[in-house]
Formats: sequence, structure tokens, C-alpha cells
Amino acid sequence: MNTWSRFNIASVVLGFSFLYLPIVLLVVFSFNESKLVTVWAGFSTKWYVSLFHNQGLMDAAWVTIRVALISATAATALGTMAALALTRYTRFRGRLLFSGMVYAPLVMPEVITGLSLLLLFVAIGFDRGFVTVMLAHITFSMCFVTVVVQSRLLSFDRSVEEAALDLGATPVRTFLEVTLPIIAPAVLSGWMLALTLSLDDLVISSFTSGPGATTLPMKIYSQVRLGVTPEINAACTLLIGFVAIGVIIASVMTKRREVQRQRDEQAAFAGR
Amino acid sequence: MKKLGSAIFSRLVIIIPYAWLLFFFLIPFFIVFRISLSTTAIAQPPYEPAFAWSDGLSGVWQKMGQFSFDNFVWLTEDALYFNAYMSSLWIAGVSTLVTLLIGYPIAYGMAQAPRTLRPTLLMLVILPFWTSFLIRVYAWIAILKPEGLLNQFLMNIGVIDQPLIIMNTNWAIYIGIVYSYLPFMILPLYSALEKMDNTLIEAAQDLGCPQITAFWKVTFPLSIPGIIAGCMLVFIPAVGEFVIPDLLGGSQTLMIGKTLWNEFNANRDWPVSAAVATILLLILVVPIVFFQNAQAKAEEQGR
Repeated sequence: MNTWSRFNIASVVLGFSFLYLPIVLLVVFSFNESKLVTVWAGFSTKWYVSLFHNQGLMDAAWVTIRVALISATAATALGTMAALALTRYTRFRGRLLFSGMVYAPLVMPEVITGLSLLLLFVAIGFDRGFVTVMLAHITFSMCFVTVVVQSRLLSFDRSVEEAALDLGATPVRTFLEVTLPIIAPAVLSGWMLALTLSLDDLVISSFTSGPGATTLPMKIYSQVRLGVTPEINAACTLLIGFVAIGVIIASVMTKRREVQRQRDEQAAFAGR
Repeated sequence: MKKLGSAIFSRLVIIIPYAWLLFFFLIPFFIVFRISLSTTAIAQPPYEPAFAWSDGLSGVWQKMGQFSFDNFVWLTEDALYFNAYMSSLWIAGVSTLVTLLIGYPIAYGMAQAPRTLRPTLLMLVILPFWTSFLIRVYAWIAILKPEGLLNQFLMNIGVIDQPLIIMNTNWAIYIGIVYSYLPFMILPLYSALEKMDNTLIEAAQDLGCPQITAFWKVTFPLSIPGIIAGCMLVFIPAVGEFVIPDLLGGSQTLMIGKTLWNEFNANRDWPVSAAVATILLLILVVPIVFFQNAQAKAEEQGR
């Protein structure tokens, strides 16, 4: 039994080093004095300084953040509705097509989604730019939100909802006061997922974007094609940092809510 | 009154996302198909429509005879496209297999870990998933370059004395795909393995079954749904992958995602790239339906 568990520990440790080593190296070399990203020449933060003087990169970052915030919020609303439709209203016409359209974007190659959305915008004569990138991001990220929220909706006790309805609450009120607080952590992590998917996306943005709507990944991509520089490492490190902070805050918040809820429950029992 | 409100609420919850996906996901595919039947033109947009919606149904029917399948014929005549499809399927298939072979022991190790440690391990698998795909691919350039970190390391410890040429070859693409998609493989495998009842293995062992046999006869068959989900999540997007072959594979590599991108952006041949996308979609329809059925089954079980 002992050798088996040693094998397990070894595979987990090796697997995680494989997952993390490239990211760690990237972050380390963003603090490199030299212009080379492969030879260490001493600690320096000069690439971060030059990053903030790169106007093109800063503009792209601003576009990306706005697109991500708006599209993640809209995708969360749409995705949560789709999750409700799939779990609560199991019989409606065209449900098979609906669930197909929810799951297919999860695996659809990005070049196909990007090209088809672009051709849609051209066909209806919609000028490409900020709005089209946003619409495209909402479309592909809402399905990820649906999957996350759906798994939470499937695992919770429906009798609470039924009780609220029986006691005369309207469906909207039941949703807002009973269902939503219970699924809130899943909705939040769905929002976070949609946000990072949007911050990340290169291919779909490139197809659907137009003049004046260059996103950060598009900018990074065009610079990477010209060569690897510590400045890009610095930009990537900042992005990783933002995401890591966001994920940590979200998990601390969920944990605190959980503790609070348990305390409330105990108080309720004590009061009785 | 309440009944009416309930009906309106449930209708809206279904209709809004349904309409959104119809308009932004399904209809665009028909437009792609329509443009793949049209001919290239030097105009803005650069194609001659095969038919206009304004023609009405009868008009469309009339023009059906004039549909141009030239773009599809062109795809079969030029060996470039056939080779690109084949090599994409091959590269995606090999990468999926390697990802499974690497991901399975990791997922298994995680599922066997002490219960208190599991949420942390799960978080550690998900965390790289939150960092940008582009960044993770970019990180490998500095490692795989001829004068990169991997070659420096191997030459310093004396394993090799000539730098390995990995960058701009298919090896770099394999590494890139396996690395980028590994979390997608681990997560479904882990959730299948974690749910498993360990007493089953113990029962098999008590009855005299050797550990390895117990694994193949009990653990492995029970993890098959996880294997299918993981493989589909890796294979389907990997076939159409663009960023990895473009940044790590160099100009030599042939993958259909890259071909489509070049056809569209460099050659500005919209009808041909629409035809490339149509065929890619047809190739992927079978695995996608397979994936959807697996998802729907998992959803049924969850209920």
C-alpha cells in the first residue's frame, strides 16, 4: 500500500511542477535586468516602468477591461437564465436544440466561432468594433456560466423553493429571495470564469474586432510575433497577478459567507 | 394572477437565452455555409453572395441551381487542405492520448489524497486555467528556443552537447497542446475518480485480487465517463487550434486552424475560408454530438 501512495504523491508533485514551472519562469524573467528572457542578469523593475509608458499597450488594456466587465456581467445573466431553463423547466419545445447550443460552444474551435460571428456581423451590416467584440464574448462565455450554475442548481434541495411558492411567493420573488442566495457562489464563480475567458481571448476577438478596438491579447500577440521581450513578460505577470488576487478574494469571500451562514443556523437553533 | 406571472417568468427565462444562442451561435453557421457557396470578388465584403435573403424562398430555390461548389472542389484538388485536415486530426489525437496518459495518474493521485488536502489540490489545478492561454503558450517559447532554458539546463548537466531543436517543430506543438489542455483532462477524470467508492477496491483486494488487476477491473471501467469527457474537451478544440501551432510550430506546420486563419487574413479569400470552416465543422460534428450526449447523461444522473 505504501509504494502505491508514494507513486500517487510523485505523480501529483510532478504534474503540478509541469503545470506551474513555465508560469514561474515567465514571472521570474519579467524582473530580469537584461533584454534577453533566457539569461539572468540581475533584478530590475525597469520593464514594468517601460510598460506603463507604452501607450498602445495601455489603451489595449483599457479596451480589454471594459469588454471583459460588460460581457462577463451580461453573460452571467444570460447563462444563469439558461441554467434555470435547463434544470427547472425540463419540458419545453426545442429543449434538445437548446441544450445542444449550450454545450457545443464549450468545445467549438475558436476559429469557427470567430469566423461565423464575423460573417454574421458583415451579413447584417453591423460595423465591427467594441460592440461586436462584446457581443461575441457574451456568446461564448455564457455557456461556461450555464455549466457552472447548472451544476449548483442540480445539487440543491428544491423543496425550499417549493415551500416559498406554496407560501404564496411569486416565482420572481422566490428566485430573488430563495434561489439566488443559494446559488450565489456559483453565479460569482461563473462571472469570474466569464471575465477571465474574455480577458484571455485572442482568436474570436481578432475576427470580430475592428478599428479602435484592439484588445490586450491582440496587442501581445502581435508583439510576440516580432520577438520575445521582458516587457511582455511584465505585462503577463501583471495579468496573472490581477487574476490571482481576484480568485483569492472570491474564495475568501465564499468561505466567510459559509462561516456566517453556519453561525446564523446555530443562532437560529439556540433561539428555539 | 400568480399563475400568469409564473408562466411569464418561465417563458422569459427560456426565450431570452434561447433567442440569443439562435441568433449568435446557430444562424452564423448557416451564413458560413451560404458564403462557402459563393464566389470570391474584389469588393467589400470580398465575395459575391450565392443568394440574397430578399429573394424570398422561391428566389432561393431558383438560385439553388447556380450554387457554386467550386470552393469545395478547390479544397479537394489542392493537397494542402487535405494534408492540413489529416495532420490536425493526427496532432490532436496524439496530444489527447498523451494528455490522458499524463493526466490520469495526476487525477488518480489527487483522488487518493487525504480528504482535507483535496480542495487545495483542486484549486491548484484550476488556477493555471485562470491565467491566459496566450500567456501560457508564450511562456514555452523562452523554454523551448535553441538558446532557451531547457537547452541551457540540459547542456549544463551534460545530457546533451548540441542544443535540441524543438521550437518550430511538431514536438513544440505537442508540448504546447498537452500543457495547455491538461487541466481540461484532469478535472473530469478527478470528478469521476473522486466519486468512486473505495470500499469496492478493498472488497476486490480482500477477495484476493492483485492491486493492478483491481485497478483495471474496478477503477478503470468506472472512470470511463470521465475519460470520454476529458478526451472530447481536449480533442475537439485541439483540432482547430490556432495559437499553439502559430506561435510554437513556426511556418512549417500544417494545421487547419492556421490554414483557415491565413486564408482569411492574409489571402482575404472569404468563401474558401468559409468552406474550410464548413468541412471542419462536419468532421467535428460526430465528436461534438458524442460530447453532448455524455454531458446530457451526466446532467440526468445529477438530477
